[in-house]
Amino acid sequence: MFAAGFMMNAWTTATIVAVVAGVVGYFVVLRGSAFPAHAIPKGAFAGAAGATLLGINTLIGLGVFSLLGALGIGSLSRRGRRDVVTALALVMMLALGAAFLSRTTEYEPQVYSLLFGEILGVSSNAILPVALVGLACIAAIAVIYRPLMLSSIVPEVAEARGIRSHRIEICFLIVVALATTVTVPVVGALLIFSLMIGPPAAARSLTSRPVLAMILSVALALVTVWTAIAASYLYNWPVGFFVGTLGALLYGIGRGWAAWRRTRTRPVTGFASAIERA
Amino acid sequence: MHQLYTAVFEPGFFGSPQVRTAIAVGGVVAIVSAVTGVFTVMRGQSFGGHALSDVSAAGGSAALLIGLSPLAGFVGLGIVGAAVMDMIGVSRLRGRDLATGIVLGTAIGLSALFLYLTTTSGATSGAPQQILFGSIFTIASGTIPAVAILGAVALASIATICRPLLLSTVSPDIAAARGVPVRLVGLLYMLALAVSVGLSSLAIGAILSTALLIGPAAAALRLTSRVAWAVGIACLIGVLAIGLGVLLAYDSYYWGSSHLGLPVSFFIVAVIFVTYLASGLPAAVRARARNGEAAAAPERVKIAA
Repeated sequence: MFAAGFMMNAWTTATIVAVVAGVVGYFVVLRGSAFPAHAIPKGAFAGAAGATLLGINTLIGLGVFSLLGALGIGSLSRRGRRDVVTALALVMMLALGAAFLSRTTEYEPQVYSLLFGEILGVSSNAILPVALVGLACIAAIAVIYRPLMLSSIVPEVAEARGIRSHRIEICFLIVVALATTVTVPVVGALLIFSLMIGPPAAARSLTSRPVLAMILSVALALVTVWTAIAASYLYNWPVGFFVGTLGALLYGIGRGWAAWRRTRTRPVTGFASAIERA
Repeated sequence: MHQLYTAVFEPGFFGSPQVRTAIAVGGVVAIVSAVTGVFTVMRGQSFGGHALSDVSAAGGSAALLIGLSPLAGFVGLGIVGAAVMDMIGVSRLRGRDLATGIVLGTAIGLSALFLYLTTTSGATSGAPQQILFGSIFTIASGTIPAVAILGAVALASIATICRPLLLSTVSPDIAAARGVPVRLVGLLYMLALAVSVGLSSLAIGAILSTALLIGPAAAALRLTSRVAWAVGIACLIGVLAIGLGVLLAYDSYYWGSSHLGLPVSFFIVAVIFVTYLASGLPAAVRARARNGEAAAAPERVKIAA
């Protein structure tokens, strides 16, 4: 399981992806941005089809489309409802993808692997770009950490302090787009979403302290991908299945634990948990 | 005149059985989606509406695997998904996004497995694409009755809970105070949504399902604030988008010399997207006119907003 070269590549890439997904995903869950986090990778998938049609590198197509998606959602949501705008941006990108796909047949075998990822097929020279862009994502989050946190938890206070929530939102969507661009060829457009939701949501229900929750979120994401790769190696089922179901399982455990803790300590922390829920 | 006519409707457009099936099924689905969609947009559940199309697609691939009818798979898993979303917390605004995300993540994992098992068992290799993109031109005419009946069921259930649903959408507190079972109404609505979405993703693919659910309704709600009007306008936009999209796709076969054509889903979505963008214009023009009057105090307006 560890000897083969391609397995080492899989372990390394999966670890990088899990760290990025754990950190970015924490803010996705905190801000209630699950829909954009689903729409950007899925829409970017259409960009890969366009790149194949033009004969350029898939990464460029993914990058252009995920940025277009992020900026489109960010700018249109000033005027309309955010969820409506996200849905329409997503279907428009996918419709373009359908148009690209109708023009070429070369791309078809790639559809499944771009949707569900091909982590066991990562080549050694794909690791460096993933690591660099992953680092860029974490650095970007670190730079905008305070305003991002403030505008996620108490948007009113953030506005009062002169933080432009809308700009922060666009910055954050760009980080999601960046994370998407490099992770889609590795883990797939759909899988990155599961990884950005399940572990962070579980971490959030286990603790309400931000830094601890973020660390926990990364740890749970690591556990999820490592277990998924090992299980996939042993049972020969797709990695995506294990990531998707493990994420939900972790969330279920987190919710159960939170409920149990609340029933045990209700009289003492009634006020604290009310704040936590608010 | 005749030249213009043949330029718009390329030869054989009305004679083609595929075109007739596409417009019939598309029209039914567009109306059901538009009516459901008005409530979806008002309740802020676009993510749920979209996620259910992926959930029911997972059901479709499961049905493909075990040899059930696709319709049972699409609608069945959609209903289960909607019930779970509602159970986890779709009814509370705060947890809705997350609950939808968790269900969607699980469904994606399941489709990865089902599609993998289907492709390795050698049934169909184009399954992922078929389920994601679908095609309105490849509908078997045998599915029309099932589509029509389930569509009627979804419409009837929405019509039955229409008033309490509207009240609990606009103001859950007032609804609860008046004795409306808000939770139950929300659950019933989610189930109707699941049937409508399952139906449309089976008939016309996941992309068009979301486009027809959200686009016409959102555009209509930007044009009018009366719900009944919005429902009517949304139906109109949806049906027109289907007709125009099918026509353009049919004509696109004659564009250029390659005779490749472009997919119908592309045209329908493009029409809907442009309509949504255009629907913001009247409000923008009105706002500009108002700003012109209040130009003296732009700063104060900004603070108030």
